[in-house]
Amino acid sequence: MQTVVNLWPLIGVFVIIIGFVLRFNPLLVVSAAAIVTGLAAHFPLEKIISEMGEGFLQTRALQLILLLPLAVIGLLERHGLRLHAQNWIASFQRATVGRLLIMYLFVRETTAAVGLTSLGGHPQMVRPLLAPMAEGAAENKYGKLPAPVRQKVLAMCAATDNIGLFFGEDVFVAFGAIALMHTFLLGSGLDVEPLHIAFWGIPTAICAFIVHALRLYRFDLMLERSMAEVAREEVDAAQELAR
Amino acid sequence: MIISIEYFYWLAGVLLLITAGMILTDRTHPKRWTSGLFWALFAMVFLIGDRLSPFVVGIGVLVMAGIAGIGGVGRGTHAELHVKAARASAGRLGHKLFIPALSIPLVTVIGSILLKNTQIGGVPLLDPKNTTFVSLGIGCMVALVLACILTRDTPLQGLRESRRLTEALGWTMVLPQMLAMLGLLFNDAGVGTAVAHVTTAYINMDYRLVAVMVYVLGMALFTVIMGNGFAAFPVMTGGVGVPVLVGIYDANPAVMAAIGMFSGYCGTLMTPMAANFNIVPVALLELPDKYAVIKAQMPTALMMLVVNIVLLYLLM
Repeated sequence: MQTVVNLWPLIGVFVIIIGFVLRFNPLLVVSAAAIVTGLAAHFPLEKIISEMGEGFLQTRALQLILLLPLAVIGLLERHGLRLHAQNWIASFQRATVGRLLIMYLFVRETTAAVGLTSLGGHPQMVRPLLAPMAEGAAENKYGKLPAPVRQKVLAMCAATDNIGLFFGEDVFVAFGAIALMHTFLLGSGLDVEPLHIAFWGIPTAICAFIVHALRLYRFDLMLERSMAEVAREEVDAAQELAR
Repeated sequence: MIISIEYFYWLAGVLLLITAGMILTDRTHPKRWTSGLFWALFAMVFLIGDRLSPFVVGIGVLVMAGIAGIGGVGRGTHAELHVKAARASAGRLGHKLFIPALSIPLVTVIGSILLKNTQIGGVPLLDPKNTTFVSLGIGCMVALVLACILTRDTPLQGLRESRRLTEALGWTMVLPQMLAMLGLLFNDAGVGTAVAHVTTAYINMDYRLVAVMVYVLGMALFTVIMGNGFAAFPVMTGGVGVPVLVGIYDANPAVMAAIGMFSGYCGTLMTPMAANFNIVPVALLELPDKYAVIKAQMPTALMMLVVNIVLLYLLM
């Protein structure tokens, strides 16, 4: 660590943090950070803009996941997909948000662990199916949810999809991250079997399931409490009116 | 290859161009010209991006950021089906509505696993480097056909719905790509080396537990900054993992790598830089708090960091 490291590019990181905290438009913040970082690394402006264009072109495939399902999902929503998902879950008396999401977490994590990572995802699974089902399960139990509670339920659906995916996919031997780790270690003179790297991911994967499932279980208790409070307030308000 | 990812770039470009066209001809749209320009520019990246010089694309990106920055990307009005009609249609179609929705992941999985190595006349059927994306594209087209047959609606309505959801997502849709671009630039500019230097140079790693904590928390912190665990892994593993954990404390490299990468993922759960996982769903679910999903993930991520420190300490 005796070599001189140029710390100036870190300014870009500060631009990002300050921009996000002050809630400027993120696209502006990211562009500003890119330019500042490039200047700090002594790149000429023309090279910075070219690199931005190059990077933007290279990462186009990301966009397909989001853009291509929209027409189908929109069409199905127009014809009542979300409504039907809500009604259907309501026919299960014992369904709660926590139980539904624990089940989803289990399926998402185990399928990702055998390489089926595209079985979930936000545009094609969470928005049209999982979120309305969770909302339906909650409304079935408590009636209409107040906006802040509803938002917490929806955010938890997205979070559960992410957590299931992340801690599942890394256990799959043929996943890109495993190849990356294997190649890097090989470059450092350590020959490690990809199978061993995948295997040693299993303890963390199991712990992640337990930790998040416990949180989902407690999420049900939290819902119970906050909805009881809402009900109490409503009763109080009604009595106030009657008086 | 017979089905190349190129075709789906063109499809995406056409979808965006139609969205832009619908906006530009919509007299009631509050931000008609700026929104139209924004989506038209984005369409160009997919349609002719490869034929433009990167500098021109870069200028286009800056113009898009500028339009978004002055609040120029707005939302038009959309004629929804009457609630009663939607309810009737949900009742009539019932579980059948799930078929097109589930056919997207199903076709994607079939394509990316079973058809991966399929060849016709010695030519691979699917783009070998992008099997998953190509399979997803095919899945979406199959699903659209199924949805049109089932709901007896037209593909034109599908385009209108695509515009509605594209506008609902707004500039958020472009954010993951912008951040991925920033990640590449950060790499070239040496942000990685600088972060590794800051996290490792001033900490005394004479204790095994301290070294483990530096590696695990460093992976997470680095991922929070870069938005991507893959960028953090080479830097932290090269800086701390291999020389200290393996070199001095004789760790099993497989255990170190596996748990290190998962620590990076904990970082991914906590950062707005991983926009496709953390910010896009907020827009998709139409939540008012931009950080709602991150807040929901934060406790799990922090607990998993503690778990990772314990596991790495015990297993390595």
